Amino acid sequence: MSRPEIEVRDLHKSFGDNEVLRGIDLEVGTGEVVCVIGPSGSGKSTLLRCVNLLEEPTKGQVFVGGTELTDPDVDIDAVRRRIGMVFQQFNLFPHLTVTENLTLPQRRVLRRDKAEAAKVAAQNLERVGLSEKADAYPASLSGGQQQRVAIARSLSMGPEVMLFDEPTSALDPELVGDVLAVMRMLANEGMTMMVVTHEMTFAREVADRVVFMDGGVIVEDGTPEQVIGNPAHERTRHFLSRLLDPAMADVEEETSDQVGKDEGNPAH
Amino acid sequence: MTSTDIHVQPKKKGLTRRQKRRLSRGVQYVVFVAAVIAFAATADWGTLHNQFAQVDLAKQMFPDVITLALKNTVLYTVSGFAFGLVLGMVIALMRLSPVGPYRWLAGIYIEIFRGLPALLIFVFVGVAVPLAFPGTEIPGGTYGKVALALGLVSAAYMAETIRAGIQAVPKGQMEAARSLGFSHARAMVSIVIPQAFRIVIPPLTNELVLLFKDSSLVLFLGVTLEERELTKFGRDLASTTANSTPILVAGLCYLLVTVPLGFVVRRLEAKAQEAVK
Repeated sequence: MSRPEIEVRDLHKSFGDNEVLRGIDLEVGTGEVVCVIGPSGSGKSTLLRCVNLLEEPTKGQVFVGGTELTDPDVDIDAVRRRIGMVFQQFNLFPHLTVTENLTLPQRRVLRRDKAEAAKVAAQNLERVGLSEKADAYPASLSGGQQQRVAIARSLSMGPEVMLFDEPTSALDPELVGDVLAVMRMLANEGMTMMVVTHEMTFAREVADRVVFMDGGVIVEDGTPEQVIGNPAHERTRHFLSRLLDPAMADVEEETSDQVGKDEGNPAH
Repeated sequence: MTSTDIHVQPKKKGLTRRQKRRLSRGVQYVVFVAAVIAFAATADWGTLHNQFAQVDLAKQMFPDVITLALKNTVLYTVSGFAFGLVLGMVIALMRLSPVGPYRWLAGIYIEIFRGLPALLIFVFVGVAVPLAFPGTEIPGGTYGKVALALGLVSAAYMAETIRAGIQAVPKGQMEAARSLGFSHARAMVSIVIPQAFRIVIPPLTNELVLLFKDSSLVLFLGVTLEERELTKFGRDLASTTANSTPILVAGLCYLLVTVPLGFVVRRLEAKAQEAVK
């Protein structure tokens, strides 16, 4: 097999004294869909944000498409153009219409002319099923629609890799399906994807691999059948049982090894 | 008998709520009417009329009070505001810079120019600058000096307003822009600052109203006849005619601009409030 699309080597990340990532090694092959699961505070969002350097790793290396992002001399803006990122809070630009959200980055960053940017925007809006919202402002859209626009905005840049940071966690339950459908379509088209999610059904059906993180390390890494269907580690079993049937969970003592309860993520 | 008991009971506690409200409102009206009567009785209406309401004198002021004085006031204000906005933007960005000395410099500037009376800045620009740099002229003569002085003062306030506006834009906006490949500077210009400006338009309009009034300080720079603005114009005419009517007219001209502007600010604030919801 050729070189992996995403390669993470011995990644460490600390926020002050709080070590959120404690040595992560991970590879994602071209066209592979990897879901990262784990309890809140396990460092999964931080890992994803390190992959496009929104967080600067304390130690370790990150490669995307063969380019080392952690090299201080790398043109980070050029590398980020190849990496799409979808956020939990959508982060659409509220002062721009849906179409402008899609065209402005193409024109400013990729220097596409107006007509071409508009064409690419229209194509991608159609892919996510929101052509009729082209002239709307983000505030007038539902959360699910906003997230699909955010995905279309990333796709308009023609990324090789897509990162999803809990893309459905801020959505009302009935709106989750539309967003997952778009992600499933992307997976079927062969997009390389790394998805931090709590949607176990999506992970089981769409992911090629599932990675379970806890306490800043990867505890388990394998096919969905292995990790979700037949987990080898007690921590994975424990997490999955609480996630799949939260009503049955017992009250627990807080344990001291739960690092970074807030995910160490300043955005929260 | 039981029914009278019910009526009697509240009296023991003193006034009812309704009675208290009536009493409080009654007292306020009495105080207001007393104040108006006292003012009307003590004012010398004849002199007041002579001093402030000479219609002939007021008529004489037109059209110069508009075409010259008000025009100059607006010109001074707008040029000062424009210069202050540019400088304020630069200082706000310096204040947010990762480079320490920029932050300190911007902080010192803001503290100094917010702490000094505007009048002192005018004297400084009018007297000290020409002395300190002999031979150099501030371009634009008086207009340039006023723009400089007003701009220096307003930049300090506007810098703080703009900085707060930039910081009020959610962090996710910058992250989204960076993840799309925008450089930090380009993301600032294309994404963050346009949103920050929408946040700071109401307070900046307020600043414009303050500047409009501060432009009267130009009279301490020494101006030619053609450069006079409302206050200087009204005062000069008041002293030559020994009558205060010109001052009243000049004051009304200020209100002609500031009242509608204040209305616009309130509308913008209400709109911004709605956008947050």
